Amino acid sequence: MLQWLPENVSTYGQGVDNLFYAIYYLTLIVFILVMGTLIVFLIKYRHQEGKRADYIEGSTTLEIVWTAATTVIVFVLAMFSYPQWNNIKSPTQFPENPDVVVQVSGKQFNWDMTYPGPDNEFGTDDDLELENELHVPVNAVVHIRLTSVDVIHSFFVPQLRLKQDALPNRFIEVWFEATKAGRYEIPCAELCGFGHSGMLGYLNVHAQADYDAWVQERWPQ
Amino acid sequence: MHDNEHHHEESFISKYIFSLDHKMIGKQFLIYGLLMFFIGGGLALLFRWQLAYPDQPLPVIGASQQYLDEGEVVTGADRMWERIYESDKEEWLETNMPSGVITPEFYNMLFTMHATIMVFFVVVPILVGAFGNFLIPLMIGTRDMAFPILNMLSFWLAVLAAIVMAIGFFVPGGHAAAGWTGYAPLSADPQWTGVEWGQNLWAISLLIQGFSSLVGSINYITTIINMRAPGMTLFRMPLVIWSLFIVAILLLLAFPVLSSALALLIFDRLAGTTFFSATAEGGGDPLLWQHLFWFFGHPEVYILILPGMGIASELIAVFSRKPIFGYRSMVYAMIAIAFLGWIVWGHHMFQSGMRPGLGSIFMTTTMLIAVPSAIKTFNWLGTMFRGSIRFTTPMLHGIAFVSMFVIGGLSGIYMANTPVDIFIHDTYYIVAHIHYVVFGGSLFAIFGGIIFWFPKMYGRYMNDALSKIHFWLTFIAFNCTFFPMHILGVGGHMRRISNPQQYEFLQGFEGMNIFITMSAFTLGFAQLILVFNFFWSMYKGKVAEQNPWQVNTLEWEAPTPVPHGNFGQIPTVYRGPYEYSVPGEESDWIPQAQPEHAPATSGD
Repeated sequence: MLQWLPENVSTYGQGVDNLFYAIYYLTLIVFILVMGTLIVFLIKYRHQEGKRADYIEGSTTLEIVWTAATTVIVFVLAMFSYPQWNNIKSPTQFPENPDVVVQVSGKQFNWDMTYPGPDNEFGTDDDLELENELHVPVNAVVHIRLTSVDVIHSFFVPQLRLKQDALPNRFIEVWFEATKAGRYEIPCAELCGFGHSGMLGYLNVHAQADYDAWVQERWPQ
Repeated sequence: MHDNEHHHEESFISKYIFSLDHKMIGKQFLIYGLLMFFIGGGLALLFRWQLAYPDQPLPVIGASQQYLDEGEVVTGADRMWERIYESDKEEWLETNMPSGVITPEFYNMLFTMHATIMVFFVVVPILVGAFGNFLIPLMIGTRDMAFPILNMLSFWLAVLAAIVMAIGFFVPGGHAAAGWTGYAPLSADPQWTGVEWGQNLWAISLLIQGFSSLVGSINYITTIINMRAPGMTLFRMPLVIWSLFIVAILLLLAFPVLSSALALLIFDRLAGTTFFSATAEGGGDPLLWQHLFWFFGHPEVYILILPGMGIASELIAVFSRKPIFGYRSMVYAMIAIAFLGWIVWGHHMFQSGMRPGLGSIFMTTTMLIAVPSAIKTFNWLGTMFRGSIRFTTPMLHGIAFVSMFVIGGLSGIYMANTPVDIFIHDTYYIVAHIHYVVFGGSLFAIFGGIIFWFPKMYGRYMNDALSKIHFWLTFIAFNCTFFPMHILGVGGHMRRISNPQQYEFLQGFEGMNIFITMSAFTLGFAQLILVFNFFWSMYKGKVAEQNPWQVNTLEWEAPTPVPHGNFGQIPTVYRGPYEYSVPGEESDWIPQAQPEHAPATSGD
């Protein structure tokens, strides 16, 4: 089933996928064991003439075993998940000194990208606003200031394994580092009105030289 | 022995309409739920068509290609559209699906109302309203609910809520289209959706439905605490009564939270407050809505599944002819699920902008729900272990419930896991998950429960051949409809989009969407068999004896049809509900009210 996952092109995506695979095999094994047992029971203990059910009220040992086993599995899984989650979503753990900072603002039904320009400050004359097109260099840390001007949108780049809601009057920090140049879609993943379907931006990941050329073109020095 | 029942003549109205009898109110809720089930399902088929064949006219009522291309009237549907376009009036069909093509606005309204109706007007009314009303007094051994007039009020408030909800479809601007979760600010200000009174009526209707649930839950709790038959200790109650008791407590505590949120939403929309919108002038917060909604919403999810677990437990014990394996741990597991239900709501909000540290906490509490869920599943397996399983149609539904609940439970672990949820949040993965729990779980339990208790409700069996055809068609079509949605989710297919073909990365899923839609239509048509069988058997079904399945619990002690007041003499309870295949006994079942034996120790 997991071959349906889109190709991963972010540094942290592999960690997410590894957890995905771990849970996939864990649940698959549990599923096969439970269903296998069920089917065996259904065949073996089907009603047969002259044969009665055994009077069994339960087993405290078994209850303790499966309660403890499930609890342990759950906590082990949680332990492996905390660092991945914090790495992706906790601003205190983001890589410092990003190579690129962009503000992305959802607006029915577009993504507005704002580059701070050479002065690295938003709200100044050298800001650059682009509709639905985000340009970043490959293998570089990108910080995004995510916001919205109207309703809730959700910034989703399937290949980066990144999704974050964008809220009006809030600035939410996310980051990524793309590992492969290319053009990727940025659908909106949170219902935002009648134009929700088709609200679509593009993430253009350039080789460093191409990105430098793009910057040069926009802000000639 | 029935001479002390009052046999006074009742008028048609007091017997069938404004009835105070818990059994009649239960049946009213059942028929109400089945009716709404068809409306909710029909809406789903409309948007499934759009997902498989985006922007193409619907079958039968859509215009033909010739008409769309050249304006040439070919079919009857073309004539209808011709007439609609020629009239000066803005007709409903023209606004919502010109030429039979579903507009994006109408699409949003369809899935919003599908979920709203299924959650609030089908599953809760049937599980809690119908089974709760019918079963509680009968199974604990009393003559009626504690407050019969409140009980009647509960039903008629639900009818009022349904009428208000139905009006919403026909007001200018259309019905609510902000999703059943009604996230603000989308739902809080008409300027974002163009929906005016539709969203208001949605909120008002749910407020009324909230009162209905509140009144019902007070009644259930009072009845179960105070009116149990002599000898019916709490730990001799059947598990379905335990589940309904726990659910009543959840309803009592959860619905007022939704009601408050809805009231604030109405203020935002009509009185200019800004509780849920973050504007420069107003100090509200959109996340407040999500916190309130899901603080209600997650217990609500367990309200939808716990009675299903209760019903499945009855079916599996009766048809395995064995006591429930680990009766007490089954009760404690349900209590644990109900308790955990209050501290997991944040898992709906992992990607919402909630503080990431909270995400880790909510992940831990959420994954802990796997523990009581596993306990229940293993105990159902334990109940079948060394049993004598009869594959009656209700049992088939019970087995289907367990299997589908296992899939729905396991798929929940993916979403509870915060890093994985980043990817699958708001994709078809969650759509698959909720349908495996609420359709695969609750609805199979409902179907099984209807067939199982039908002989007590109407004195007749449902037709078994039709029931079996319905079961297998539903089981196969259900899995063909919802299993592939997991794959769509893994591919990143967002929910609530009306046209997946707009996206490059979803191009490979067209065939799967068509397959799902075909399966969904099959699933929909299979339900017609159930409804036909239900109404046909009510009048023409084989007459049933008093206790056709040889069940221990008290509802089968009452004569069929059950008279007003239920029991001639209130039965005394001598043992737990699952004394099947007791060694040394001639019969493989000992009714709870059978006095010859010393009280057994089931459940201890």
